[in-house]
Order: sequence, then structure tokens, then C-alpha cells
Amino acid sequence: MLINGEEKALACPTALSELLTQLGYRTAFVAVELNGNIIKQKDFSSTTITDADKLEIVSFVGGG
Amino acid sequence: MLSKEEINAALGKGLTQAQLDALHNARVAVVGLGGLGSNIAVALTRLGIGQLYLYDFDRVELSNLNRQYYFLDDIGQYKADALLKHLRQINPYAALHSQVVKVTQENIPALLGDCDIICEALDDAAGKAMLVSTVLSTWSDKKVIAGSGIAGFGKAEEITSKKITKNLYLCGDGSSDFHDLPLCGARVALCAMQQALLAARIILDLEEN
Repeated sequence: MLINGEEKALACPTALSELLTQLGYRTAFVAVELNGNIIKQKDFSSTTITDADKLEIVSFVGGG
Repeated sequence: MLSKEEINAALGKGLTQAQLDALHNARVAVVGLGGLGSNIAVALTRLGIGQLYLYDFDRVELSNLNRQYYFLDDIGQYKADALLKHLRQINPYAALHSQVVKVTQENIPALLGDCDIICEALDDAAGKAMLVSTVLSTWSDKKVIAGSGIAGFGKAEEITSKKITKNLYLCGDGSSDFHDLPLCGARVALCAMQQALLAARIILDLEEN
């Protein structure tokens, strides 16, 4: 699995929402691209990530 | 009163006809008209962007004057209305579509459907993530230029512009949160100007596809 360009091992298929939490992200504050497609936030829990996937995770902080 | 031609010639000084046409045909939205958005909108108006869509639900407060493009007389007015007035002082002929509205997942298709480039300038992290995720999952041909990490007094060079994915650009330092640090107008404007410059570069086809 590739996360933000970095190789990582994923032991078993995991829900995207769970993976984000494991990685320390707050799911409401991130945008995620999976294999070139942006995933809708409401689909985070129904999307399964496997070791073959490529993820780009952008985490936002407040201020505007 | 100056003519449209005189204003356009002044704003477009030094540009080629092809560049003027590209800017004139561009349709850009600014979502959130605070420290980032008000400054982005001013820069885009000075560029001569063809159609500018401006969205914010909030009113101008005294505490905004440290970084946002408003004046004492604007306090209490909706930002969408006050900013429109200032932009008209730069170009009375600009095609400006400003609306007092909170941009949500539900109204994004209607509000942003006509735009090519969306400048994300909201202040809360959840709003930023929602806007970026919704726009990029709804359309495959729109570019989003988001701002994240603008708080504090960190060095100018920490504020950068990066292409993250095919249609997503991110400006800011990526980490400084306004819940932990004060907002310095100069640093907020640095990020806003990077977002505006990126919009110009995309319109003028200077960014890699």
C-alpha cells in the first residue's frame, strides 16, 4: 500500500474510516484520493482498502 | 466614468491577447470571503477574471479587520455584499456573482456547476475537507485550490503551493491551526496571493496537467 507516496504494509483489508483513525487522522478533516479517485466522505466507512491500494490523504487545519 | 475598454486595458497591461482572452473566459469561484477569500477575490478582480462567483454567509465584524479586505464602514454588512462594493471600485464592469449563502454538500452542484476553478477559503477544517471532497468527487474537470495552514508568524517560505492530485492544489504550511495560533494578516494574505496566482497560472496554462 502506498500512502502519500510512502510504502506501508497493510495486514488485512480495512475500512477506510478505520484506517484513517488508526493513522491518527480525524475523518471529518480529510480528503482522500484512492487510486486516482476522490472518495466521498459518506463512503469512508463502506470503502475497503487493501495492500494493493494507493492512497493520497490530505488533512486540513482551520484558518481562513 | 471610465469606459470598460479603458479599465480592461489598464488591468491587462502587458498581457498578450491570448492571455487576456483566457482570463476573460475564466470562471472562478471563491468559497468563503474571510482572510483568504476576500484577498483572493481582490487579486482575481485585478487580474480581469471573466466571471467571479463569491460565496459567504457571514457578516463583517470588527475582529476581521486584522486580515480581511473590509473597512470600518462594512461592519454589520454581509461579506458577500461589502466585498462586491469594493470589487466594483476596482472594476465596475466585472461580472461578479456574489451570494449570501452557506456552501453545503447539497448546494455545491448548483453553486459551483458553472465554475472551472474553485478557491477554497473557508475557515474550519471540516468545511475545507467537505468542499474539496464534494467538488472533486462530483466533477472530474474542475480544479480546486485549497488553503490550509496560515496561522502564526512562521516564515514566509513555509507557505507553499503544491499540486496534490490531478485537480487539487494546496497552499499554506499545512499544519498551523488558528485554534492554537493567532492570525497575522500578512501571513494569511501570503497564502491568499499564492491561491490567486495559482488560479492565474492554471488559466494561462502555465501549470503542468
